[in-house]
Amino acid sequence: MREVAVIGCGMTQFGELWSTSLRDMFVQAALEAIDDAKIDHIDALYVGAMTPGLFVGQEHIGALMADHLGMSPVPALRVESACCSGGMALRMGCFDIASGNSDLVLVGGVEKMTDGADVTYALASAADHDYEVYHGVTFPGLYAMIARAHMHAYGTTREQLAAVSVKNHHNGSLNPKAQFRSKVTIDKVINATMVADPLTILDSSPVSDGAACAVLASMDVAKKMNVPMVKVIGTGAATDTLALDKRKDITVLNAVKQSAQAAYTMAGVKPTDINLAEVHDCFTIAEICIIEELGFVEKGKGGFFTEQGHTALEGTIPVNPSGGLKSKGHPVGATGIAQVVEVVEQLRGNADKRQVKNAKIGLTQNMGGSGASSVVHIFRI
Amino acid sequence: MVGIVGYGSYVPRYRIKVEEIAHQWGRDSETVKRGLLLQEKTVPGMDEDTITISYEAARNALKRAGIDASEIGALYIGSESHPYAVKPSGTVVAEALGIVPNVHIADYEFACKAGTEAMFVAYSLVKAGLMKYAMGIGADTSQGAPGDALEFSASAGGSAFIMGTDGVVAEVLDTFSYTTDTPDFWRREGAFYPLHGGRFTGQPAYFKHVLGAGTEILDKSGYKASDFAYAIFHMPNGKFPLTAGKKLGFTKEQMEPGWIVPLMGNTYSGSSPTGFSATLDIAKPDDLILLVSFGSGAGSDAFIFKVTKRINDVRDKADKVKDMLENNRIYLDYGEYAKYRGKIIMND
Repeated sequence: MREVAVIGCGMTQFGELWSTSLRDMFVQAALEAIDDAKIDHIDALYVGAMTPGLFVGQEHIGALMADHLGMSPVPALRVESACCSGGMALRMGCFDIASGNSDLVLVGGVEKMTDGADVTYALASAADHDYEVYHGVTFPGLYAMIARAHMHAYGTTREQLAAVSVKNHHNGSLNPKAQFRSKVTIDKVINATMVADPLTILDSSPVSDGAACAVLASMDVAKKMNVPMVKVIGTGAATDTLALDKRKDITVLNAVKQSAQAAYTMAGVKPTDINLAEVHDCFTIAEICIIEELGFVEKGKGGFFTEQGHTALEGTIPVNPSGGLKSKGHPVGATGIAQVVEVVEQLRGNADKRQVKNAKIGLTQNMGGSGASSVVHIFRI
Repeated sequence: MVGIVGYGSYVPRYRIKVEEIAHQWGRDSETVKRGLLLQEKTVPGMDEDTITISYEAARNALKRAGIDASEIGALYIGSESHPYAVKPSGTVVAEALGIVPNVHIADYEFACKAGTEAMFVAYSLVKAGLMKYAMGIGADTSQGAPGDALEFSASAGGSAFIMGTDGVVAEVLDTFSYTTDTPDFWRREGAFYPLHGGRFTGQPAYFKHVLGAGTEILDKSGYKASDFAYAIFHMPNGKFPLTAGKKLGFTKEQMEPGWIVPLMGNTYSGSSPTGFSATLDIAKPDDLILLVSFGSGAGSDAFIFKVTKRINDVRDKADKVKDMLENNRIYLDYGEYAKYRGKIIMND
């Protein structure tokens, strides 16, 4: 397989972008990435989006974005895997180049969530409709069950959950593109409006609009160009049951573990080699479970690990230096690529006040549903 | 000098507390009170509607104006709860007040700013010299669907303003209107309750238009926030007007007298006009007052008033807003409230 590098990145502001449409957000991020990569064409386009059909009534967005970008007749495909649609689009782009089919591929993610759709209903379509949604459960409810189980099994505390939010809001306060740039305290998180006990609104990622794009190139093409290269050295993806009740232990996110192992194996690195990680903290409990599955800390200790500051910007393994989904925002289809944008900026040393020192190897972990699909990528400068 | 020669308000006696509505729907009342800065809201009695509220407010305005009602050349009622889809509210009120038949009547609708529209047109006609007096009324028995966030705020009440040139109590120094096509809140023909765009009703709707109109009228008039004794901004909840006012440079003290929403709720077309009426109740001669309404769809009307000495002669001639809000209250439970608001399906 040919080696793949990221040679350009672009991203819109994340937030309630009332005056920017689905297509305009995508084009804004795409043009920024294309400018960054200093290229004048692409061979293929992969767009990650969870459900633009439910959010704004628009499907078929591969061709739509190619057209609006002025790139028709380039082959274009919309990739869907719930909230890890963006990460999966990156994986498809990598395979396209690795196979020798394309030299330059634009991968992106986009979601327009604030256009009046019933967001809870649209997001719930990523859960098991027959066995979960039909009976009234929502994603906050599902993650609240995971949180309760984790607290019961491992003694994880309410304060430890809140520590994830406090840390991510701190990081997001340093990110100009973050939706929420305000800092929060443990007390504020715990006493915020209850969403699904024990998770409050400050344990939960927001409803957001946004787009992010990255330009991928084959290493041989990238080497001929005068742009900074970040190599994609590992990719791994895995699945689990959609329905939480079908799992032996709901505190285990097996798809995360399996996708990480595949990526580590391909990259030839261990968890201790990772300098920073962008992970899918759709709820605070998710980040705690994920850092355990990624092998940054042993199972059950994620809450303590976070509370002790190991995942802070100056910690042993900084997690979500961008602010994560919680603070940066979570336009679902865009999240997986926004994670790549952050890791590339970090590895290039361009992350300004939130720069992780000596960042050489970065990891992204993007997840769909309550962990039914997960995709992990590892990057090296 | 063109301005208000008489003003008056009406607030129904019935109330329901936030706790009662929150309890009904399993919501945490403290979260609602903290989030919306509301305590209770007014509820129209079973025989009250926009017409009766308009009439009561108009009678109070006539008491203060001390004029012969038949001299009023136009009467306009702004509301989003006119009792009839076809048949004017204004004719009933005009007939009851004794100002028919030589009068121009129209009902206005522009979500929550229909009241200030009526005031603006009444003011413009007098300013143009077409008539001696014209009356603008904002009144509503606001609708909010059961269980919707609007149910905590949608309330009833209204205010009437008679514009004229003789015996002015508050001169209109300037006006400014700011309007765009922004669909943040709507009710289709035949629909019982309005729909809204959730958070879209905030930044791109309320704040854009209130701040737009507020900024423009300050620029146009040359006044600064600190020149004003008082300011009133439309009150869809407790938080929005305070946030908007603060952004324009106003203090809580300047807004307090007109910030009636914690006890009154959002009386839609009657909201900012009644806040203005409550402010006139305590204003002194020469006070400058800024009034900025907001109507979804969306637009804001801004007015700058200067209070005259006559305010001291007229304010006690009719009931004051604060007295009506704080006295003579009858609290309803949710069942009674549902009956009063016609939310129960009857077999008739």
